[in-house]
Amino acid sequence: MIDPNMFQLVCFYAFAAVTVVAALGVITLRNSVHAVLSLVLTFFSTACIWLLAEAEFLAIALIVVYVGAVMVLFLFVVMMLDIKQEQVREGFIKYLPVGIIVALVMLGEMLGLIGVRAMHETVMGANPATLDGVPVSNTAWLGQALYTQFLLPFEIAALILTVGVVAAVVLTLRQRSGVRHQQASQQVRVNARDRVRVVKMAAEVPVAPQPAPGKETTP
Amino acid sequence: MPNLNDILILLPEFYLVAAACLLLLLDAFMKPEQRPMLHWLSIAVLLVAIYLVVAGQPSQPVTAFSGMFIRDGVSEILKVFALLSTVLVFVYAKPYLQDRKLFVGEFYTLTIFAVIGIMLLVSAGNLITVYLGLELLTLSSYALVALNRDSRLSSEAAIKYFVLGALASGMLLYGMSMVYGATQTLDLAHLHMAATHTNMPHLLVFGLIFMIVGIGFKLGAAPFHMWIPDVYQGSPTAVTIFIGSAPKLAAFGMAYRLLASGLGDLANHWQLMLACLAVLSLAIGNIVALVQSNLKRLLAYSTISHMGYLLVGLVNAGPEGYAAALFYAISYALTGAAAFGIILALARAGFECEEIDDLKGLNQRSPWAAFLMMLVMFSLAGVPPLFGFFGKLLVFQAAINAGFLWLAIVGAVFAIIGLYYYLRVVKVMYFDKPVEGAEVHLQKDASVRLVLSLNVLALLVLGIVWGPLFGWCRSVFVG
Repeated sequence: MIDPNMFQLVCFYAFAAVTVVAALGVITLRNSVHAVLSLVLTFFSTACIWLLAEAEFLAIALIVVYVGAVMVLFLFVVMMLDIKQEQVREGFIKYLPVGIIVALVMLGEMLGLIGVRAMHETVMGANPATLDGVPVSNTAWLGQALYTQFLLPFEIAALILTVGVVAAVVLTLRQRSGVRHQQASQQVRVNARDRVRVVKMAAEVPVAPQPAPGKETTP
Repeated sequence: MPNLNDILILLPEFYLVAAACLLLLLDAFMKPEQRPMLHWLSIAVLLVAIYLVVAGQPSQPVTAFSGMFIRDGVSEILKVFALLSTVLVFVYAKPYLQDRKLFVGEFYTLTIFAVIGIMLLVSAGNLITVYLGLELLTLSSYALVALNRDSRLSSEAAIKYFVLGALASGMLLYGMSMVYGATQTLDLAHLHMAATHTNMPHLLVFGLIFMIVGIGFKLGAAPFHMWIPDVYQGSPTAVTIFIGSAPKLAAFGMAYRLLASGLGDLANHWQLMLACLAVLSLAIGNIVALVQSNLKRLLAYSTISHMGYLLVGLVNAGPEGYAAALFYAISYALTGAAAFGIILALARAGFECEEIDDLKGLNQRSPWAAFLMMLVMFSLAGVPPLFGFFGKLLVFQAAINAGFLWLAIVGAVFAIIGLYYYLRVVKVMYFDKPVEGAEVHLQKDASVRLVLSLNVLALLVLGIVWGPLFGWCRSVFVG
């Protein structure tokens, strides 16, 4: 029988090794799609290490936010850089082997985690976080800490995001002259009267055709 | 639990955040021709913030938000001068921005956000606040550098700054995590206590090295200075003047918080590291500046050398050294603002006044501008009786008292080498013939002329009457 602590340590070193190798892959691989897939693997392995360290909330957030949302979006952007439809289909086959390798490594890591959990009943179950002496889940503790002890850093982070928005707008919004924009506020305010104008005019009297003066215009 | 008292301690910061958001909204609903009003409003906002900082100065250091924020004498003096130099930046920048179609409200709001970052950084009581304050400052700076997005140089500078800045932040965070691992605390006051009896002293020193890399990058000290020349040259001069003034005070504040408040007991480790950084900065800054022909690049290398002098003061690792370094940071912020202010005031639409040759015969075109520039160059070079001279004298004195006589000698030798390129600018202005057809005149704007003259004359006055300011600097560390 394997010693549970030993197995956890082996898992930790395995995850750490995968993280480092994948991170090296991100900066050395010439193919940008492979690099992005490496980055996904880096994040995933980091999340596994955090799970071993019993930081469940952080691990889940990393998977959901970075792997699930940010990296997939990133992958879309990288793959869409060549917008020809047939090339995208070719790309799918071309990138499949690397994708499968990444998926297999992830599967291996997940099995390792499950193994740690199964062998060592108390490792993942007992949570060191306590609130007023009562053991609570990681998420509850984080929520409590963020709004009490770490309120100021939390608010500064919000300020940093505001700066990010302002910077993104000022660096990308262009107001060129001669471009026709849709102006929603004016569209909403428009009345039927502005669009259709009923003009009253006298009924038209048909003008009798005048007799042609010269010979040239005859037929 | 945070309470009302915590908010009162942070009143200047909260006020500035609210004001910056209001200015942002006001700008969105404002017609372009009303924008000069935004300029004056921003200056008024900063002046009120200076009043709030001075009026609410506590007699004893107080902390807020469970030790995340410290309000003490050091933070007050740094905040006052950071806000003051930002006021100077706003005054000098307006005509330049208007001439180049860069006169947008975001320049003001982003700069104010950067100043909020500086204020949080210099008041940090926790490693997290140090990091977040720094990020707020640098993120705003990246955007400001890229403000002139149609210029290739500006975009290049922004990318370089961003990539190297992110790398330096990573190093700093790595160092912080090692320090946390060795001491199990992020709070700087607790760190100071835990640092002495940690059972992992090697891990602590390992973390310290990475933190010094982060500090060295933010100061722009060699060998972490690569970004300075390109960013100074590439960004619009109105942004260079900001990057070259107030953030230097922030970098001193960050070094003080991390090294003195946090890891003061490891001084015997970091003294020699800082001394190495100082010697390298002095050598690279002063020697490479000798061959520059671009004025902004020259001032960039001059900054690197000045950060070397600041480090010479920090090497003392005692109240005397901190006071000297603080005095030096203040003198550099005010002198740097004046130097770039003159470049801004001489520039006009379609003419940057970036090359040293542009100043040829300035004395015949505009004697007052030449005189102001001469005073600034003498102050940067450290010629008595100007402000810069006493800054240098005090840091050398601090180094000698700490047993670093060799460092003071190296500093003095490089100060003499540096004299050459500052004097070259003066020689070009006074003894060279003006280039035919090139008209260089001081800006017509009355507020720029007045404030610029006052700023440069203040360098002279503070050089002669430096006692009170140094007394203030010393009192915050000794008292």
